[in-house]
Amino acid sequence: MNKTLLIFRHEFLHTIKRKGFIIMTLIVPVLALVAIGAFQLISAPEEPPVAQTIPIGYVDEVGGFSRHTTQGYINLVGFDTPDDATAALISGDVSEYFVIPPDYISEGVINRYTLEKEVETPPVITAAIKNFLTSNLLEGKVPAETVYRIEAPLDLVVTRLTETGEVATEQGGFGNIIIPGIFSLLLAFSLMFSSSYLVQGLGDEKESRLIEVLLSSVATRQLLVGKVLGLGAAGIAQVVIWLVSAPLLLKLASSTFGGFISTIQLPANFIVLGIIYFVLGYLLFAALAAGVGAISPNAREGQQLSMIYSLFAFVPLWFSSLLFIFPNSPVWVVLTIFPVTAPMAAMLRLGVSDIAAWELAVSIAVLVLSIIGVMLIAIRAFRTYLLMYGKRPNWGEIIQNLRSG
Amino acid sequence: MLAVEVSHIVKSFADKVAVDDLSFTVAQGEMFGLIGPNGAGKTTTIRMMMDIIKPDSGEVAILGEKLSEATKNRLGYLPEERGLYKKLCVLESIVYLASLKGMDRHSATEKAKELLNQTGMLDSRKKKIEELSKGMGQIIQFIVTIIHDPQLVILDEPFAGLDPVNTELLKGMIADLRDQGKAVILSTHQMNQVEELCDRILMINNGRTVLYGDLGEIKPRYAGNSVLLNVKGEPGEIPGVTGRRPRRGYTELILDGETTPQQVLNHLVSRGMVINRFEVATPSLNEIFLKEAGKKS
Repeated sequence: MNKTLLIFRHEFLHTIKRKGFIIMTLIVPVLALVAIGAFQLISAPEEPPVAQTIPIGYVDEVGGFSRHTTQGYINLVGFDTPDDATAALISGDVSEYFVIPPDYISEGVINRYTLEKEVETPPVITAAIKNFLTSNLLEGKVPAETVYRIEAPLDLVVTRLTETGEVATEQGGFGNIIIPGIFSLLLAFSLMFSSSYLVQGLGDEKESRLIEVLLSSVATRQLLVGKVLGLGAAGIAQVVIWLVSAPLLLKLASSTFGGFISTIQLPANFIVLGIIYFVLGYLLFAALAAGVGAISPNAREGQQLSMIYSLFAFVPLWFSSLLFIFPNSPVWVVLTIFPVTAPMAAMLRLGVSDIAAWELAVSIAVLVLSIIGVMLIAIRAFRTYLLMYGKRPNWGEIIQNLRSG
Repeated sequence: MLAVEVSHIVKSFADKVAVDDLSFTVAQGEMFGLIGPNGAGKTTTIRMMMDIIKPDSGEVAILGEKLSEATKNRLGYLPEERGLYKKLCVLESIVYLASLKGMDRHSATEKAKELLNQTGMLDSRKKKIEELSKGMGQIIQFIVTIIHDPQLVILDEPFAGLDPVNTELLKGMIADLRDQGKAVILSTHQMNQVEELCDRILMINNGRTVLYGDLGEIKPRYAGNSVLLNVKGEPGEIPGVTGRRPRRGYTELILDGETTPQQVLNHLVSRGMVINRFEVATPSLNEIFLKEAGKKS
């Protein structure tokens, strides 16, 4: 068997048997289950039983706000003075109250009093007060249907058309970004763990001096390529396991998130581009890990150095909320082309908007060239720093040695 | 075809010259000693031979060619600093490293079991490397070095840290390699080991050649004009002896420039003396090294 394949096989089997790898592989589906459970626990109190109503007090200092006191499951109870309302609040007869001051019509200010510490007023309470005020203000002035329409003026249904005017197969929306979002998050985690295994493995081999035995049998190129591919395969196997567990999780999640799951769509070209970016992302991070492993005197220092480029993997995820607001910002074009952020940025953007063909071509070309470049530098650095066990070189020495090495 | 041909290699690290214009050859079937004190440049020389590091200048040919993947399969290397996969079991480690030398898994497994049996370690084949003692780990590493039947074996400080029992075991296995016609390079600072095992030597110090050639020719060159003697009773006056140095169990007789050891022996025999020991004094490699190193400095 080819020596690169032998190293690939050894690294793959060695990695998937590691305790850390097994724990990480299992922990992602387990965490997803925990997250679904936690969501159910947190969201449960939001929907009280139909029979249960929440009494909210109000003091009408304007006059005329006496009807429409049932808003969904919220029951509005009128009080003559704020002191009465406060007494009812303290005794627990009402959960909170609000005051409609005399200058409400001109100023629009409503004063709300509660015993709870809140970041902001819960939307259901705001909606109930708003509808109560609107209904009373318009009482007798417009038909009931008009009042209802004013309270809920639109239900926006968006249809995306193609350039020929037909309904597009890919309609966008949050459902569209779910799979790219999950995929890019998994890729980022998987890249981080796999490259950390590679750095750890190389560091251990340097520390245990096994590297000399290996290099008396194989070339540096064979050793590094075999390692990069072996760990890449282990990382892909890990993601495959996560994806295989996804249908079960989606089934469980659909009972929690309801109809939202049915809106999940796979963006066009995502499978092809997703796989391309996944594989290229893996190779780039593995090559970077090989380079870091080469210049690090031991596994511990290698892990510290690898944090630098690992952080880049997460940059597009940190700013993903901005992507929804400014999908075509030049910053996203840069993140799509910059090789270290390209895999995650491209995957996220595929879910939100279209990426121009030239951008994809440049992004993939830059990634491929970066992989080759980083791999060549890693092989060179590996030779130069192979026997440097005790001391990490400074950056000036590294550049000088790579030039002369 | 020579097993090794090294021509004028030079290697510097930062501002220190580790190996300075070193040249030597090793023939097939020869046991060759690469000796010198710690830091002399032995390991750097070997690493250049193994293509682990590149020389700044000079050429290295292994088994008649520049080191290639195919050549690597025909040589065995035991590095000075030992290392194996600590978490792997003994048999798995040996088989994986043998497969990187071009052996198929089945042959590697069979041969590994045979060598483990020969070294009395077959029962440890399923143990993890980290569970072994240092000496046992070294024996495993030696097995890894020779399992693929290499034509050239390079052993860097093979006896370091071994107990006397394992040292003897290893010596026996190294002698077997020589008997099988393999070229063996033994690099060590323990010069007595080289005297016992090697045919030719290269002695280096500060990266430079101190002595190079056949051990049988080098040692007499450094022989002083003295003999080691142990006789029953007192030897009395011996013509041509200018001085005596008492040693433990024998006496060193210093001869004048014109008297030969043979003349001294003839004199003792003619007097009917019972001779327990009579030996032409030759210096140890260690003494030769100290003499040469002293000259250079």
